[in-house]
Amino acid sequence: MKFVDEFRDRAKADVLAKEIERLLVRMKRDQSRPLQIMEVCGGHTHSIFRYGVEGMLPKSIELVHGPGCPVCVLPMGRVDDCVAIAERPEVILTTFGDAMRVPGSRKSLLQAKADGCDVRMVYSPMDALALARQNPEREVAFFGIGFETTMPSTALTVLQAEREGVKNFSIFCNHITIVPTIKAILDSPDLRLDGFLGPGHVSMVIGDAPYEFIARYYKKPMVIAGFEPLDILQSIWMLLRQIEEGRCEIENQYARVAPAEGNSVALKAVAQVYELREFFEWRGLGSIDHSGVKIRDAYARFDAERKFAVPNARIADPKSCQCGEVLKGVIKPWQCKVFGRACTPETPLGALMVSSEGACAAYYQYGGVRRGRNEAEASAA
Amino acid sequence: MNMISFPFRRPRGKVHVPTVTLAHGGGGKAMKDLIDDVFVEAFDNPLLAPLDDQARIDLLDLAQYGDRLAFTTDSFVIDPLVFPGGDIGRLAVCGTVNDLAVGGALPLYLSCAVIVEEGVSIDLLRQIAGSMAATAREAGVKIVTGDTKVVNKGACDRMFITTTGVGVVAAGVELGAHRARLGDAVLVNGMLGDHGAAILGARGDMALQSPIESDCAPLQGLIASLLDAAPNTRFIRDPTRGGIATVLNEIAEAAQIAIEIDETATPLRDEVRGFCEILGLDPLYLANEGKIVAITPPDEAEQAVETMRAHPLGRHTAIIGNVVAGEPGRVTMRTIFGGCRIVDMLVGEQLPRIC
Repeated sequence: MKFVDEFRDRAKADVLAKEIERLLVRMKRDQSRPLQIMEVCGGHTHSIFRYGVEGMLPKSIELVHGPGCPVCVLPMGRVDDCVAIAERPEVILTTFGDAMRVPGSRKSLLQAKADGCDVRMVYSPMDALALARQNPEREVAFFGIGFETTMPSTALTVLQAEREGVKNFSIFCNHITIVPTIKAILDSPDLRLDGFLGPGHVSMVIGDAPYEFIARYYKKPMVIAGFEPLDILQSIWMLLRQIEEGRCEIENQYARVAPAEGNSVALKAVAQVYELREFFEWRGLGSIDHSGVKIRDAYARFDAERKFAVPNARIADPKSCQCGEVLKGVIKPWQCKVFGRACTPETPLGALMVSSEGACAAYYQYGGVRRGRNEAEASAA
Repeated sequence: MNMISFPFRRPRGKVHVPTVTLAHGGGGKAMKDLIDDVFVEAFDNPLLAPLDDQARIDLLDLAQYGDRLAFTTDSFVIDPLVFPGGDIGRLAVCGTVNDLAVGGALPLYLSCAVIVEEGVSIDLLRQIAGSMAATAREAGVKIVTGDTKVVNKGACDRMFITTTGVGVVAAGVELGAHRARLGDAVLVNGMLGDHGAAILGARGDMALQSPIESDCAPLQGLIASLLDAAPNTRFIRDPTRGGIATVLNEIAEAAQIAIEIDETATPLRDEVRGFCEILGLDPLYLANEGKIVAITPPDEAEQAVETMRAHPLGRHTAIIGNVVAGEPGRVTMRTIFGGCRIVDMLVGEQLPRIC
């Protein structure tokens, strides 16, 4: 398949894997601690597991699966609010597919649907707007979720709804922004990361510049990476080159899609429709300043939070969860006390078990359970 | 054949209204007319014709085909009822025929129970019954007994069909997951995931124009030729719901063996791959309705492939993997990229990913 197969080429992968190994030998690193590289985005996590990328890397490289899965990091209180909106008889609640299974404190949207709520899966907020046009007697609310990747499409839909004068359409806005979150991770005292793979699709919108502080103030290198397995291998290789040469820069491996300056049309729509929240609650990471956006007053009539009074309760993460430590690379998923026991993809306790992009769910699904235990046993022996 | 034959053909009633109403389920003349006009008309065969409460099948007649009766049942609910490559009627016949055939049985007789929501058009019902009849002919089976219920609007989604089937297993045919051995080959008879992708595409709610057709087909002929070519075939399953990944896991678990498949050897249409790429789905978990997974001894695998490829429903037959030494119950895949991943069971339904 064109534009796909060339980025999954096995021969090229072998060459890159060998190059990475050679680089590591040349670096003469202290072998007692592996190099920790965080892939920020859940899309990367998914590809890494889907194609078995980790198994192609030398043992001295450890991939830390970061917080970039918007479905995972959504706190239970927000899901509860969404369910409360869906439970209103006049509402058709529209959502992306993978947000259906996220557990709230009472129920997920999947359960709400089974209990009789009108919950419909859509593939774009524009589909939700179309539903609103087709059902003028109902209220159509869209569960807006995602980083800067999906933020512009929701913003453009709001602008479209305004142009058309649609009155029965609103967004339950849970969009979050990646930069403050990376900063929060960098500020944590137990941080051990050596570098980052940057989220390519976020950069497609925001460009490279917002990451400059990572290199400048925190002295960590970053490579903005694509999502095919060759992209990921090449980005790791680029990151190692920076580390070897003592550079800390924001490099862009994904230039074929993500231009350095981002997408000005998308950014304009985002700035027009949203403003930063003072803080936003993240499942597993707690409250992070300026990490979420809300709909500006000028578009208040499209804001589901204002249109429908939502309970807005804060529900604490279960105490036994160690998602925060996994997210920061302090522990591996299988080292969490509840991993694979109380916390499984069927009954997720923690954020990272929720979506297939979450690190724990990926480990669980693609066999990390056994491998993790095997490694633990090997190191104990 | 020692079959009761009727000297006369009972005159059939006619339905004169455009849609099914609760009257058609009331047990009176309307119901009788519906059954006569739609189902008996389509299924037409001597065992069904008397319209007794049961079909009576001659045991001696059955015994000529083998020494064990195979018996299975399946319910069919699908949205949309008519999709590219088939409809609920064709599906209801194929599903049960294939469940018999993968056990090594020759499928012979089916029952057909239909639950219809009031308001469904008679023409649609006629179309579905016609499709069942045509598929039954294709599969060499007869629909010999049935039932029709009409329910209130909202009590079912237009139409549910349950088919039960009986077939006969020839003496000496023994298939079972426990017979799999190290080194055995894992075969599939063609492109995977077509049915799942066709249904998702046909629902039309993802604004994707997809040319993919369901692979829905009765497989008794293909399986018979496989068993001829590879008489020591260990086990056959049809990878329907949950796709090939689920079936391989079930086999590995039941037989306590490890299976490794090779992504590059797995037959997939470009259209299905593209469809899955866009929606973030994994084709290994998409349903098939005209596919089998067969485990054969290594020395019979090539012969099996050659024979299946000569069959119209097996043109893309491929060996996709092997029974390997490894953790019992585990299915792994050598990825196209050269890595290795575990192929586990799905937790729930596959949901499209957002980014």
